[in-house]
Amino acid sequence: MKIMVAIKRVIDYAVKIRVKPDKSGVETNNVKMSMNPFCEIALEEALRIKESGLASEVIAVSMGPTQVVDTIRTGLAMGADRAIHVDYPGTLYPLSVAKILKALVEIEKPGLIFLGKQAIDDDCNQTGQMIAGLLKWPQGTFASKVVLDKEKQTAVVDREVDGGLETLCLDLPAVITADLRLNQPRYATLPNIMKAKSKVIKKLTPEDLKVEIKSDIEVVKVTEPPKRKAGVLVSSVDELIDKLKNEARVV
Amino acid sequence: MEKWRAADRLLKFSSRFASAVNWNNSCKSKQGKYFYSVATTVHRNPLFSSISPDDISYFKTILGERGVVQDALALDAANTDWMGKYRGSSKLLLQPKNTEEVSQILKYCNSRCLAVVPQGGNTGLVGGSVPVFDEVIINVGLMRNILSFDKVSGVLVCEAGCILENLISFLDDEGFIMPLDLGAKGSCQIGGNVSTNAGGLRLLRYGSLHGSVLGLEAVLANGTVLDMLGTLRKDNTGYDLKHLFIGSEGSLGIVTKVSILTPPKLSSVNIAFLACEDYTSCQKLLLEAKKKLGGILSAFEFLDSDAMSLVLKHLDGVRNPLPPSIHNFYILIETTGSNETFDKENLEAFLLHSVESGLVANGVLAQDINQASSFWHIREGLPEALMKAGAVYKYDLSLPLEKMYDLVEEMRVQIGPAAKVVAYGHLGDGNLHLNISAPAYDDNILAKIEPFVYEWTSKNRGSISAEHGLGLMKAAKIHYSKSPETVRLMIDFDYCVFELLPDTSCLDDNHSIICLCLSA
Repeated sequence: MKIMVAIKRVIDYAVKIRVKPDKSGVETNNVKMSMNPFCEIALEEALRIKESGLASEVIAVSMGPTQVVDTIRTGLAMGADRAIHVDYPGTLYPLSVAKILKALVEIEKPGLIFLGKQAIDDDCNQTGQMIAGLLKWPQGTFASKVVLDKEKQTAVVDREVDGGLETLCLDLPAVITADLRLNQPRYATLPNIMKAKSKVIKKLTPEDLKVEIKSDIEVVKVTEPPKRKAGVLVSSVDELIDKLKNEARVV
Repeated sequence: MEKWRAADRLLKFSSRFASAVNWNNSCKSKQGKYFYSVATTVHRNPLFSSISPDDISYFKTILGERGVVQDALALDAANTDWMGKYRGSSKLLLQPKNTEEVSQILKYCNSRCLAVVPQGGNTGLVGGSVPVFDEVIINVGLMRNILSFDKVSGVLVCEAGCILENLISFLDDEGFIMPLDLGAKGSCQIGGNVSTNAGGLRLLRYGSLHGSVLGLEAVLANGTVLDMLGTLRKDNTGYDLKHLFIGSEGSLGIVTKVSILTPPKLSSVNIAFLACEDYTSCQKLLLEAKKKLGGILSAFEFLDSDAMSLVLKHLDGVRNPLPPSIHNFYILIETTGSNETFDKENLEAFLLHSVESGLVANGVLAQDINQASSFWHIREGLPEALMKAGAVYKYDLSLPLEKMYDLVEEMRVQIGPAAKVVAYGHLGDGNLHLNISAPAYDDNILAKIEPFVYEWTSKNRGSISAEHGLGLMKAAKIHYSKSPETVRLMIDFDYCVFELLPDTSCLDDNHSIICLCLSA
């Protein structure tokens, strides 16, 4: 069984985000970019499944401009067997990503698609669900535990939901999106980095896959949240009550 | 200065201080927790006064109620060092808010012959930041304003109480970084860093504070404010006295403002965590790194297998980057440059070559900032892990690179099974942090360590204190690393500074380095 993992190149989680002066977006010039943390967790899970003998191959897929290859290389260095880069110069929104993934699935025919639950730049949390819908495959999102059964061809997924944990049993092929507690991703070791240099990255375009990219979403404006006002030290209980009453108007 | 006058002064000098007697190992408190190194005893000099209620009132008029602290809990914290090894019995903590207040306090203390101890973040590791007896603690922690920042030259002027991490955050927004970085950054203050000439993790790249500090303002024992707060990169007009203050550990005056040159923040930071099988490979790797990574190398740290085991056991949120085994040596290499792709390729090529040539057994390369932080956490968390493991005897030594690990191995033979010898440090600077970790403080273990470690260091022309300073722990040991003539000149100079100032009837620091050096 092949596992396909979709990974996204985003601004590094630890970077302090700055909004561009023209408010058209976030500053990405000279800013450290890395693999989306949830995608990393998804890839780690796929690798572990392969290492346990339940899958034959892990294919990493990423979409975007040329720089995306850096992130793909990280995926290969972690242990993915090969990769696909869908070259597209602009921004791709979840529906477009899902359509491209569907086209790739029809070529590669994986038994499992792993994604991160959401990307930390747009927080959409849509791609996994959309691809499952397009393929009409079962989905287990926000996975915190995945157990495969080769004979029964099922995946038992523990999902992190608002009320606690929900356990689902999915028939394969299925779509699973990874949540934070699923696993702790491995570091890229030097021997694996070395091996990654000879691994194949196949380059395709949306045209090759006969997918039309329609921009159905337009970003109108990006602004920073209002700055938190500093607290005020009061010198007596009376002053506190006065402020609560007359300024904050909560008493 | 005529010789007879010098001798006369020296005589007066020494008679003011207690003569040194053999240090008693049993300087333990009732709880048996506090333990001093084997040194010479310091008696409280009877010439220094004790605090009286009038003094308290006077301080309150200068500092206000909040600036005069007599609360037992607060005093307890200020009296005890970070390791819990050194404890004074001061009854008064003063918190001035500006240079003027510092000046007035010192002037008053001088006139009353009250001993003082300057204090910053109290993160020092040699007992130099806490009182020995009942000295008045002058803590500059409230003086934490950033005064100016030049966005073109990168010159930052700030007050001595600014916490290093806060300065790093401030500069981050401006696109600059501090030229020094150490594990204690969340608590240590820049005034203390300068006064102790702190080294840290990036000395390899940005040099020592002697190079990056452009100026400082200090207050001398009699309250004189010495304005040497230049912001110029070059200023050859007379003796550059600020260099004497840098590393003087507060014995010449209290640093109140610092002017420091900050490097621009470069975007491409890469970090690798490597395993080597033997110490020779570590040395060769350092040489290779300097040659191949040249301008972008920004840190080269090492830790041995005992250090790694300790950190994995005692520190939270840490995992072995190279499971499952523990290797003999670990090297942390960091590069900082301006071209991400180029730097990464360069580093990868260097690392792969090192693996192929057998210098490196295995290694990992951080793929994002989170992973990079986790590598640093292992190295920076060692002091904390050692504290959690029990009692720790800490030695900070500069040694010739080839000999460095020989000391560790000989120490292991010396100590035997009684304690663990843990080694880590700034390999790139030739600085070893030798730590002996035992379940509890034990005189027998200490007897095996000292004076062996100092003698060994001295024999190999090393320094008994690479970056931690002398403090109370090593002041009397200065002769292991400095010749008697040099020490005498230091004493003469210190004496001059005080004698030549008008109205200096008393000395600043009860346990000043000079006092203890003289006794040695």
